[in-house]
Amino acid sequence: MIDFRFFLEIIPQLLAGLPLTLELAGTSILLGLVLALALALAQQGGNPLAVWPIRLFVAIFRGTPLLVQIFLIYYGLGQFRPFLKEIGLWWLFREPYWCAILALTLNTGAYGSEILRGAIRNVPRGLPEAASALGMSRLLTLRFIVLPLALRAAIPAYGNEVILMVKGTSLASIITLMEVTGIAQGLISQSYRAIEVFVAAGAIYLVLNFTIVRALHALEIRLTPYRSR
Amino acid sequence: MTIRLMAALAAALSTLIFAPIASAEDAPKEIKIATEGAYAPWNFTTSDGKLDGLEIELANDLCARMKVKCTIVAQDWDGLIPSLKVGKFDVIMASMFITPKRLETIDFTQPYAVDPSGFAVAKDSELGKLGMSADKFKLDDEASAKDAIEKLKPLLKGKVVGVQAATTNLDFLKTYFADTVEIREYKTTEQHDLDLAAGRIDALFAQRTALAATLAKPEFEEYTIAGPGFVGGVFGLGTGAGVRKEDTKLKEMLNTAIDGAIADGTIKRISEKWVHSDVTPVK
Amino acid sequence: MLDKLHLLGFGEGGWGAALLGAALMTLVLSLLGFLLGAVFGSLGAAGRLSKNRLPRALAAGYSTIFRGVPDLLTIYLFYYGGSIALTALANLFGATGFVGLPALATGVMAIGVVSGAYQAEVYRGAYLAVERGQFDASKALALSRYQSLLLVVLPQLIRHAIPGLGNVWQLVLKDSALISVIGLVELMRQSQIGAGSTREPFLFYIAAAVLYFIIAGLTDLTFRAAEARSWRGIAR
Repeated sequence: MIDFRFFLEIIPQLLAGLPLTLELAGTSILLGLVLALALALAQQGGNPLAVWPIRLFVAIFRGTPLLVQIFLIYYGLGQFRPFLKEIGLWWLFREPYWCAILALTLNTGAYGSEILRGAIRNVPRGLPEAASALGMSRLLTLRFIVLPLALRAAIPAYGNEVILMVKGTSLASIITLMEVTGIAQGLISQSYRAIEVFVAAGAIYLVLNFTIVRALHALEIRLTPYRSR
Repeated sequence: MTIRLMAALAAALSTLIFAPIASAEDAPKEIKIATEGAYAPWNFTTSDGKLDGLEIELANDLCARMKVKCTIVAQDWDGLIPSLKVGKFDVIMASMFITPKRLETIDFTQPYAVDPSGFAVAKDSELGKLGMSADKFKLDDEASAKDAIEKLKPLLKGKVVGVQAATTNLDFLKTYFADTVEIREYKTTEQHDLDLAAGRIDALFAQRTALAATLAKPEFEEYTIAGPGFVGGVFGLGTGAGVRKEDTKLKEMLNTAIDGAIADGTIKRISEKWVHSDVTPVK
Repeated sequence: MLDKLHLLGFGEGGWGAALLGAALMTLVLSLLGFLLGAVFGSLGAAGRLSKNRLPRALAAGYSTIFRGVPDLLTIYLFYYGGSIALTALANLFGATGFVGLPALATGVMAIGVVSGAYQAEVYRGAYLAVERGQFDASKALALSRYQSLLLVVLPQLIRHAIPGLGNVWQLVLKDSALISVIGLVELMRQSQIGAGSTREPFLFYIAAAVLYFIIAGLTDLTFRAAEARSWRGIAR
């Protein structure tokens, strides 16, 4: 019933897409983390000129489907080639790879900034107060007291976001980037064996996600040495 | 569970496994024909949602010849063969080439059209300067086809070529140009048209009649069909109507109807109307 | 750009009506998918909370697989694999020939399975959040297992589940855009058709984004109102 030869045939083909999946996920998660941190910190001062544009950005990227964002950036902005050429950004929008990275980064940056903002807010008030009583500047307090605690506390929630991003890279196949899901779709439409291909491609994603969850868990424990588990 | 019930279940299971989906020998009175509806001018969807194009007109003509009531439905390209297999409809008429690979899964009528595939590029590109050549190369004739392909290679070196996924056009590029060009796969031809207009890709590879329809639009003024056309080989025998393997009677009826449409010049007339050239297969 | 706005209008050559109709389809698709997901989710949660090992393992597997695999891949599975499976199933029950699985049904199925995996986690968490004393109290009142579940646990479970369900709903709404790849003319697909036909992708995708944003915002308000209502008269 189960045709192992077929699996042996398709698994290497699917794995050929794994580097692209990893690149897309890795790049956008790292860039997205930087963006998320910047957005979360910029809101700390409470300056409405910083807070409201960021809130709007976050609301837009959280309130619309990632697919729409990718299409808007890829096909939508593709319409403005002369203008983008003039301002020297066409190299970025010309390549589907960078369009996908841009869309994924902005998307995860928006979600991530909310996670980090919540984590910073949840740092017990007494700690920064104690720090300032010790004469630490606001910047020092942020650097040595608030951020380490907040980032550590954010790991589980951020882990979910990382998994969502790994899944999100599958949408890059819709703008011609042949990562694992794109290759899987090609294989299904050639062989019409949806279940086998789903099992093989799904296993790749599950192993990937499992590794990420384990790694983040190890990181969390490492950063929390005083808490016995 | 009683033995009788088990026997009944076993019988039900065996019919499930061995019985063909439709009875093969009766002549059908009503059939459903599927097309993609996104491959102008062969088949496309008008702004009010109706299907139109060469294959729609031809399908209606064939149905009249067979005296069968037909409904024409749209189905995404990559779902056409799986859906035919499970019986969602009975015939595919969607500019689908008859290839050995597809024949493993479904059956085809004789070709009702032969339409070479070729490149579309910018007029001022190296290949574009050559212009469209009337030559058609049969890939089965290896020597002459190889020669033509080798001549094209230096002109296309490093170019990005857009092509629809899961098509014989993609197979052709993968077979002959994988080392020369960067291939980008699109779900629909409309999407690669948008990317050609945006300047993200340098060339398209598709059936020349479909390219001609695309390039007729104002934003493609600077583009042209260039180089020779290719038929045979990975492109198979031409464009045919796909049917399930067990529907032998239906296939026979369609073949007779296609014979009629070729003999009385109907295919020539319809194709000149829609694609401005005669795509009648030469017997 | 602004001179093209009439393309989104309701007059001659305007796509306004088509887009609104498609937005309605998005809403129907999401709602049906979410409801089917509630069925799968409840079963999944019951399995996770079961004392038997088999249902626990099955439910954990279901939840892990469909939360870990890209939704697009799951959609392809149901799109290409669904019709074949359904036909086999129907033939088993005596129906002959092919059972057509229209794009809407395929979409609802895919969304239902994916959102069910998330909803299972929500229901499980909500069940565990119900105070243990409530179970003891209903036992003391001599309520049957069924009565205590229906009259005591369920109302409190729903209260705890609403915020999580609100998140899953937002996920479902955004996932529904992926159903466009199997040809169902919902909001995303309709925008693609409009973009391809008018060659104005930017305008159409902005319009789609705005409509999604409005639907997401309005439905979010509904969930918030439901949440507030569910906590009426309870000190927090």
